[in-house]
Amino acid sequence: MSDVAAQTPRDTRSAGRFLYVAGVVFLVAWVLVPLYFLLINTLSSPDAVNSFPKSFIPEFDMGSLQFFAGFEGMLGALWNSAVVAAITMVISITISAPAGYALSRFHFPGKYLFRLLILLTRAFPLPLLALPLAVMFIRTGLDDTVFGLALVHTTLAIPFAVLITYSLFSGIPMELEEAAWTLGCTRVTAFTKVILPLILPGIAASAIFAFVISWNEVFAAAVLTIENRTLTAFLLQNLDTSPLHLKFAGGFILVVPALIFIFAVRKYLFAMWGIANR
Amino acid sequence: MAEILIKNVAKRFGTYQALQDINLTISDQEFMVLLGASGCGKSTLLRIIAGLETATEGEVWIGGRRIDHLAPKDRGISMVFQNYAVFPHLTVFENIGFGLRMQKLPQADVERRVARTAELMQIGELLKRYSGELSGGQRQRVAVARALAMEPDVILMDEPLSNLDALLRLEMRAELKGVLAESSTTAIYVTHDQVEAMSLADRISVMHEGRIAQAATPVEVYRNPAERFIASFIGNPPMNFIDATPAGDGKWTVAGQVFDGPATEKGKLEFAIRPEDVRGAEQGLSLNVRVVEPLGAHLLVTGAVDGHLFRAVLDSDLVVNRGDVLTLAPLPDRVRWFDPDTTLAVN
Ligand SMILES: Nc1ncnc2c1ncn2[C@@H]1O[C@H](COP(=O)(O)OP(=O)(O)OP(=O)(O)O)[C@@H](O)[C@H]1O
Ligand SMILES: [Mg+2]
Repeated sequence: MSDVAAQTPRDTRSAGRFLYVAGVVFLVAWVLVPLYFLLINTLSSPDAVNSFPKSFIPEFDMGSLQFFAGFEGMLGALWNSAVVAAITMVISITISAPAGYALSRFHFPGKYLFRLLILLTRAFPLPLLALPLAVMFIRTGLDDTVFGLALVHTTLAIPFAVLITYSLFSGIPMELEEAAWTLGCTRVTAFTKVILPLILPGIAASAIFAFVISWNEVFAAAVLTIENRTLTAFLLQNLDTSPLHLKFAGGFILVVPALIFIFAVRKYLFAMWGIANR
Repeated sequence: MAEILIKNVAKRFGTYQALQDINLTISDQEFMVLLGASGCGKSTLLRIIAGLETATEGEVWIGGRRIDHLAPKDRGISMVFQNYAVFPHLTVFENIGFGLRMQKLPQADVERRVARTAELMQIGELLKRYSGELSGGQRQRVAVARALAMEPDVILMDEPLSNLDALLRLEMRAELKGVLAESSTTAIYVTHDQVEAMSLADRISVMHEGRIAQAATPVEVYRNPAERFIASFIGNPPMNFIDATPAGDGKWTVAGQVFDGPATEKGKLEFAIRPEDVRGAEQGLSLNVRVVEPLGAHLLVTGAVDGHLFRAVLDSDLVVNRGDVLTLAPLPDRVRWFDPDTTLAVN
């Protein structure tokens, strides 16, 4: 009797633990396995890429990468992508953070409609908007510029950024801000000295999100730029008819800068102090 | 000098009247407690004084200056919040020094004043910690220290002890009283705990449904409640009420006994007496005992007098059993009378 009583909970616990570990392993593999194949194929000779079965150890054949390094326009496109993503990140945060703050702290007529409208901007597919946008950009001279493209990417990123910052601000108790006011702060200094430090990690996370949206966006980039292509548009244009090993290498070049960026700012993705006052 | 003057203040949230016709004067260095049941508008009044809420009508003056149009930072107040509102991204030192830094005080002054206030609140050894590393009681002390370090004219506290356990509450209550007595600030303290109110206050403002029912010393509020509601709210257990009918010449019949009462034309009054203000006697109210609760120091007896619920606090040496009939004489100078129509006290 006592044996059964002692064993059952331990069994359930180890079963639960097994499921937990399996789940983690599965999710990690979900992300890492494709990246690993991308890496292997990039570092393989053209023959190895097309052969089967695959080796799990890369041959360190730099042929494909060298091809890209020498490929004309490649570095320019990489640079354009970085600039567009950076501009997108900056504009969407400067617009979204105040919008999120207003949504969480003030009551104004049409607040719920406004929140809905923000989401509705995502209801129009980009291909539908591409033609009018292109015409308008040509008229205003924004076509084929890095800044013009960043504006389009900003529109894509803003709904998410507003919703993320809105929930961040809502998570910070009103009393913290009120306490700052009674301690000599204006609305602005209370924001910079109390609210900003607390939401910085979250702001960083939504900035990264905006960066990634812009970095991955290909349709608007392909339609609205010709000379100043971003990396996605550039690769789409040039790799369409290329052999498989070059496609892998292109994908690799697209993924790595984004990974490096996210790795560099990863600490902001975790709350630094936690919002411990509740 | 920081006398607080509240003139005809009213507050409406949409159509809901949260405060009406509030008039209150709080003298310099007085400890005023706002006492009332949940939802009666205590916090709203405090927040109007702090500038966190705007009054729909009326004026607020502090130290001879009208302040109701000023931002919170320009009112010479500081506030302690119910859930502490200690900044989680700053150390205890930076929390206490926050207001001083905003005043651009030199570093040496900030350090001196933080050290002194921390000493006062007995948190001197916690200065390097973050709020996540503090217990509730310690956070509470930080919140009070942060307000005191500002050396404000007026300190406003919204149920600052309500999140603490009973023992800590008792301890903090005594400390708070001592600290504030030394600091020569005017204090307004919100609570719904009457024991806390009685023990801290110079004066208590009893609030009820958005208005101030009585503002007086704790003893006055206890002995001479201005309204029936106050008599039934303050005191544990509260006052007993029995219907009275006129017997002419300022005499009133209460449960078959005749008492001296107010000389009014009213056809009906309520007789009121505190449970501890009755004594066993030959002649008096007869109480049919239903429940006997020995509380150690006293005996709490609950029953009925003439069909009205009646509690008596008696000496614990008495032997009383369920079903007994006690004859109790009220102390004549402790008897109070209320008008059942207006619910106000009648003298
Ligand atoms: N922003 C608001 N909008 C609408 N109604 C409000 C608002 N703030 C307070 N009220 C209402 O005003 C009344 C008084 O609220 P208040 O917070 O002052 O009560 P309180 O006496 O402090 O109660 P408690 O002891 O529960 O804190 C309540 O009925 C409350 O619902
Ligand atoms: Mg309240």
